[in-house]
Amino acid sequence: MSAYIHEVPAWVIPVFVALVIVFALLRRVNVFEAFVEGAKEGVPMATRLVPYLVAMIVAVGLFRDSGAMDLLSHLLLPVLDALQVPAEILPLAVMRPVSGGSALAVTTELLHSYGPDSFIGRLASTMQGSTDTTLFVLTVYFGAVGIRKSRHALSVGLIGDLSGIVAAVFICNLVFG
Amino acid sequence: MVNYLWGGMILVSIVVAGAQGNIEVITSSMFDSAEKAVSVAISLLSIMAFWLGFMKIIEKSGLINIIQVILKPLAFFLFPQVPRNHPAMNAILMNMSANLLGMGNAATPFGIKAMEEMQKLNSRPEEATDEMCTFLAVNTSSLTLVPTTVIALRAATGSLNPAEIIGTTIVATFVSTFMALLFDRILRKRNRQEG
Repeated sequence: MSAYIHEVPAWVIPVFVALVIVFALLRRVNVFEAFVEGAKEGVPMATRLVPYLVAMIVAVGLFRDSGAMDLLSHLLLPVLDALQVPAEILPLAVMRPVSGGSALAVTTELLHSYGPDSFIGRLASTMQGSTDTTLFVLTVYFGAVGIRKSRHALSVGLIGDLSGIVAAVFICNLVFG
Repeated sequence: MVNYLWGGMILVSIVVAGAQGNIEVITSSMFDSAEKAVSVAISLLSIMAFWLGFMKIIEKSGLINIIQVILKPLAFFLFPQVPRNHPAMNAILMNMSANLLGMGNAATPFGIKAMEEMQKLNSRPEEATDEMCTFLAVNTSSLTLVPTTVIALRAATGSLNPAEIIGTTIVATFVSTFMALLFDRILRKRNRQEG
């Protein structure tokens, strides 16, 4: 059974793609023409995003490379301690809302050094999967349509992230602890 | 708020690097990151072109109607101001289904498409609408049923049971989405759209 579970994630997208194409062909849709028509919309969309991505990735890169991220982690240590977040997981908790690529890198590193089936490994996996990169989503979604006033969206995203982290720690302690 | 966050991050970084005698890091980091941003944009371009092309097939074949039946009640409840037959609703439904299946890179193009359509309904184009904020809340907390990327990563690092975290992930993602939506409703009133 577990041999099949390994395969499941690899099958999700291919099966989905195949089902859609079979369905569309049965409905006599010109799949190639439809695909090209839709894909065209992606080009201007991605181009408009370049300046927003440069702005955000530069700020996040600076924050990490300058050591400010480590400093923030140290400052947050007592808070996360109170919430019973293990110290090993701290870099991930700080990184998750800020940078998707870095968070994935931290998760990979944690899974390598502690093992995916250790408590830290399971907690890191749960955290990684349960929220998305708030800053990236905000930048890209608002950037794409030129919204300047994001109102309460950032606070709401960060509250969601914090709740997700606390919930991940709680449920992992309960299930795997 | 984004202005202060962005400016603050850069200023704090410069001060911290300077105080630690690492000031030369700043310049190289800045330009490395800018370069990285452009390669991220290029990979986004390819992903967007692919999934938006694919979405068109889903739309034209009528498959969208089947997906909609399942998620419609939830979407109508969350986004009452978006007309039910508006293209924005289609994109929102596609974005939600991609998120649920853990297809993060497919959710982004649908999400951006949804924002563009919602922007057409916005009377103050520089300011986010209530619907947009709710949509962002759903996406930043990413309601996921199958965390595909994490399962693949666990399998790759030799886990004996890569999928065992599905249950805990669903609990955590449910809590984060619930809290995000709850605070979206609370803060919405305090933070009214002007005009």
